[in-house]
Amino acid sequence: MESILNIRNVSKIYQSAGRELTVLDQINFTIEAGSTVAITGPSGSGKTTLLGLCAGLDRASQGTVELKGIALEKLNEDERAAVRNQYVGFIFQNFQLLPTLTALENVMVPLELRGAKNIKAQAMELLEKVGLADRSHHYPIQLSGGEQQRVSLARAFSNQPAILFADEPTGNLDAETSEKVIKLLFDLNKDFGTTLVIVTHDLELAARTSRTIKIKGGVIISDENSTYA
Amino acid sequence: MPNHLPKQNISFLWLFKMAWRDSRKNRSRLLLFISSIVLGIAALVAVYSFKDNLQRDIDAQAKELTGADLVLDSRKGVSKAMQKVIDSLGNERSQEKTFASMIYFEQSGGSRLVQMKALEGNYPYYGTIETVPANAASHFQEGRTALVDQTLMLQFNTKVGDSVQIGDLKFKILGSLIKAPGQNGIASSVAPVVYLPLKYLEKTNLIKTGSRINNKFYFRYDDPSGVDEWVKKNEVKLEKEGFDADTVESRKEQTGRSFKDVNRFLALSGFIALLLGCVGVGSAIHVYIQEKLSAIATLRCLGLKSRHAFLIYLIQIFFIGLIAATFGVILGTGIQFLLPLVLKDFLPVEITMQISWSAVGQGLLLGLIISVLFALPSLLSVRKISPLNAIRLSFEKSGSKFDPLTWMVYVLMAAFVVGFTHLQMKTWVQTLAFTISIGIAFLLLIILSKLLMFLVKVLLPKSSSYLWRQGFANLDRPNNQTLMLTVSIGLSTLFISTLFFVQGILMSRVTLSSGSNQPNMVMFDIQKTQKERIDSLTKSFKLPLMNQVPVITMRIEEINGKKASADTNNRRAYRNEIRATYQDSLTAAEKIVDGKWIGKIKPKETVYISLDQRYADQINVGLNDKILFNVQGMMIPTVVGSLREVNWSRMQTNFRVVFPAGVLEEAPQFHVLMTRVPNSELSAKFQGEVVKNFPNVSVVDLDLVLKLLDEILDKIGFVIQFMAGFSMVTGWIVLVSAVLTSKNQRTKESILLRTMGASKKQILAINAIEYFFLGAFAAGAGLILAIGGSWALAKFSFDAAFIPPFLPTMGLFFSVVLIVVITGVLSTRSILNQPPLKILRTEG
Repeated sequence: MESILNIRNVSKIYQSAGRELTVLDQINFTIEAGSTVAITGPSGSGKTTLLGLCAGLDRASQGTVELKGIALEKLNEDERAAVRNQYVGFIFQNFQLLPTLTALENVMVPLELRGAKNIKAQAMELLEKVGLADRSHHYPIQLSGGEQQRVSLARAFSNQPAILFADEPTGNLDAETSEKVIKLLFDLNKDFGTTLVIVTHDLELAARTSRTIKIKGGVIISDENSTYA
Repeated sequence: MPNHLPKQNISFLWLFKMAWRDSRKNRSRLLLFISSIVLGIAALVAVYSFKDNLQRDIDAQAKELTGADLVLDSRKGVSKAMQKVIDSLGNERSQEKTFASMIYFEQSGGSRLVQMKALEGNYPYYGTIETVPANAASHFQEGRTALVDQTLMLQFNTKVGDSVQIGDLKFKILGSLIKAPGQNGIASSVAPVVYLPLKYLEKTNLIKTGSRINNKFYFRYDDPSGVDEWVKKNEVKLEKEGFDADTVESRKEQTGRSFKDVNRFLALSGFIALLLGCVGVGSAIHVYIQEKLSAIATLRCLGLKSRHAFLIYLIQIFFIGLIAATFGVILGTGIQFLLPLVLKDFLPVEITMQISWSAVGQGLLLGLIISVLFALPSLLSVRKISPLNAIRLSFEKSGSKFDPLTWMVYVLMAAFVVGFTHLQMKTWVQTLAFTISIGIAFLLLIILSKLLMFLVKVLLPKSSSYLWRQGFANLDRPNNQTLMLTVSIGLSTLFISTLFFVQGILMSRVTLSSGSNQPNMVMFDIQKTQKERIDSLTKSFKLPLMNQVPVITMRIEEINGKKASADTNNRRAYRNEIRATYQDSLTAAEKIVDGKWIGKIKPKETVYISLDQRYADQINVGLNDKILFNVQGMMIPTVVGSLREVNWSRMQTNFRVVFPAGVLEEAPQFHVLMTRVPNSELSAKFQGEVVKNFPNVSVVDLDLVLKLLDEILDKIGFVIQFMAGFSMVTGWIVLVSAVLTSKNQRTKESILLRTMGASKKQILAINAIEYFFLGAFAAGAGLILAIGGSWALAKFSFDAAFIPPFLPTMGLFFSVVLIVVITGVLSTRSILNQPPLKILRTEG
C-alpha cells in the first residue's frame, strides 16, 4: 500500500524558562493510505504535539514530516495552509466551529477556500449524512455538543481529505453521544476512503482502529496492529 | 515536493463574504468600539464646516464689515498735507470721530460711559446701520438726533423719542441701534455705541485738548480695484502721518486671521477627543482580535492563508470605520449649527450655515484613516496566529518576534499625529510642541499610574481581606485594560481639570482686583481747570480720593538717535501713542528692579525716566538708553534711569512710562481720579452729577466692567467646555467599550468564583474595588498633571498664584472614580443575574 504520512526522526523541542524541553524525541513511523491509526498515551506524553506536526500545524525542531510526498518542513506557513486545505481534514475535541457561521456555512468553508463549485449542495449533502440537514441554518450556539461535533465531522469530510486528524473527538461528549459520533466517523471514513488518525485517551476507541501507536515521555513505546480492527 | 503544491483560488469576493459572516455576532460590539471616534470626527467636521462657512461669509460680507472701500483712521490730528490727500480720495467720503464719553439719560436720570461716533456723510456705503425704526440711520444726521445702543436703552428704560444729554447738548433719540457695521455682540456690550451728527460735536464741548479722539475717514470708489495698490504705495507716508488704512481685502484677511486662531483652538480640542478615540480603537481591536484567536486558528487549520485572514479583518475594520466616520460626519454636520450659537457673541458676520462638502470629505477620510491605522497593529498580529491555537494554546508566543511591518505602522501612526497637528498649527515649532506635550502627557500618565499601582501594592496591607487583594490584583491580570483605561480616563481628566483650573485662575484675578478696599470708579479726561472742582464734588459725596494722576499723551520719536524709519526691527516702539505720567514717588504697585528711581528734577537737568521692565523688553530698550519723546509737538530728550516691576492686576492707574516731577507739568494733560462708591444708588447719583457739571469727563463704573468681564469669561468658558465635552464623552465611551470588551475575561473569573461559592455581593465588591483603583489611579494621575500644568500656566503665563481649590478638585476626582466604578459594576451585574451553568455553557 502507498504511504500517505512519513515521519522520520522527528523531535520537537520547546524553550521553556530558559531551558530546553523535549516534547517529542526521535519519532519514526509511516502511515499507509486508507488505514485507521490511533495515537494514545497519558496526558503530557506529546500526542497532540505529534498530531500538530503530522498535520502541518507546526514545524518539527528536527526530522522530516512528509504528507502525500510533500516535505512539510520545507514549506512556509501559507504553503502548509494550502496543503491542509487540499489533503487534510480536522476534528477537534472542542469542535472548533466558527461561532458566527451557520452549520451549513461552517461545512462550506473548506470548499470555499478551495474555490470549489456547487458548494452549497455538497455541504447540504454532508449535513444530511450526519443527520443535521434540518439544522443547517442554526448557529453553533444553538446546537448541542453532539450536534456540533457532527457538523464538525461534515466539515472535516467536505473537502474529501486524503487524511483526517481527530484530536480527542469524543472528549467533550457523553457516552451515548460519543458512540453515535464515533460510528458516524468510521462510517464516513469508510465511505470516503480517508486515512484516519485519532489522538485519544480512550482505549476502546483506539482499539477500533487498525493500528495503535503508544507514546510516553515523547517517545514511541509501542506500535501495534489492533486485534479486532 | 513543493513543485506539486496545491493551488488555492480565493476570490476577493469570498473575503468580503467571510468578513461579513465573521462580524455577525459582534457588530454591535464593533460599533461600540468605533463609537470612540464618532465624537472626535463629529467635533472636527463641525469645526471644519463652521470654518468653511465663516470664511465664505467673511468673503461675502467683507464689504459690510468695513462699510466702505477704504477706511483711514488716526488717533493723531490731521495735518494739512494729509487733509489734501484725504480730499483727493474716493468718489464719496464720510467722516467719523470716535471717542469715549458719558451719556446722560434725562428720563431715568442714569448715565454711562459710551463709545460716541460723530458721523458725517452717507457711511456705510455697504451694509447698513441696523436700527429700530429701520429708517432712523438714514435720517439722524438731519437734526439734533442720536442713535442709541438698544441694550443701553433697555438698561435705562428709555424709548425712541426720549432725550439724552451728550456734553452740553441735548439730543432726541431717533432710533435704537441694533448693529453697527463690523461690530460683534461682545464689543457692543463692553462699549455701547451712540451715533450723533458730526456737525453738532463742537457744540457739545466734549472735545478738549488731550481728548483721545479717533479720526476715521470712509471712502467709496466707483471702481475700487486700485485701492489696495494705492494703500501699498502710500504705506510709509500714511504711517508717518499716524494713519492706518483698512480695505475690504485687508479686513477680510484680518478677520479671517483672528478667527483662524479660534478655529485652530476648536479643531485642536476636537483632535484631542479624536486622539482619545484612537487609543480606544487601538485597544478595542486588540481585545477583539484576542477573542477571535480561536476562530482565526481554526480557519488557518482549514487552510486559510495568513494574508487572507488579515484581509478579512481589515475589510471588517474598514467598513466599521466607514460607518463610524459616516455617523461622525452626520453628527458633526448637525453640531455645526450649534457652533454659531455658542460663538455668536464673538462673530462679526452673519453666519449662514450650509453643509460643507470638503469638511464632510475630510471627516470621512479621517475616520477611515484612524480606524484602519490604529487597528493595524492588532490586525497585523492576525498574520502571526498559529493554527496550533485550534488544538492548544501555543507554547511559543508568536507575536513576540520583531515585526518590521508593525513598527512601520507605529511610525505611520506617529507621522499621522504629527502631520495632522501640523495641518492645524501650520508652524513646525507649534506642531512639535503640541505633539511632544501630548506624548509627554501620555508618558507621564503611564508612569504616574504605574507609580500609584506600585505604591498601593506596597502599602496595601498583606492582611487586608481577600476581596481587596483580588480586586487590586485584577489590575495586573494578563490582557488587562489598565494602561489603556488609565491613559484615556487620565487624559480626559487632565484636559477637563486644566480648563477648570485655568478658568478659576482668570476669575480669581478679576475678583481679587475688585476687593473691598479697591477703587471701583474711574474718572478720565479731567482737565487741569476741572481738577479742584471734581475733587470737591467727590468729597461732597463723602467719597475717597484714592488715586489721582496726570496723564500726558506722547509718542517716541527716536531711540538712541534712531528714528522709526531707521529702526525697522523695532517699529512697534514708534507706532503707538503712549500715555505717560509724572510723579515724585513710587506707588504701592511699583517696585524698582534695576537702576535708580529719580522722583524730581530741576530745569535743564537730564530727564531720567522709569520704564515698566516688560515694556522695556518689548521695545528693546535698557538702562541708560536715550529716548526722544514727542509730547504733542514738543521734543523731550530722556534717559532710561530705572526699570520697574508693575503689578498690573492692582486696580489703579499704572503706566509703562513714568517721568519725574518737574518736566511735564506744563504739557497738555488730563487727569484721572479713582474712588470707591459703596453702592449702585450712590454711584448713579454721583455719575449724574459729574456728567451734568463736567460733560467732558468720562466715568467708568468698574463694577459694571467687572460684571461684563465676568460675562465674557463665562461665554469663553462655555465655548471651551463645549469642546472639552467631546473629549469627556469620548473618554467615557472609550471607558465603557473597554469595560465591555474585557467583560469576557471577567465573566469567566466571576463565574468560577461563583461556582466556588462566592456570593453575588462579593463578586460585585471585587469588581467595584478593581474599578475603584483603576478610576482612582487614572483620575489621580490626570489631576496631578492638571495641577502641575495649571501651576505652570499660572506662574509663567498669567503671573498669578495658583492653589488648587480643595473641594472642586476632590469633586472632580470622585466624580471620575464614581463613573468608572458604576460603569464597571453595571457590566458585571448582568452576568451575575444568570445561573453559572448557563454562562459557562455559552462561554465554553
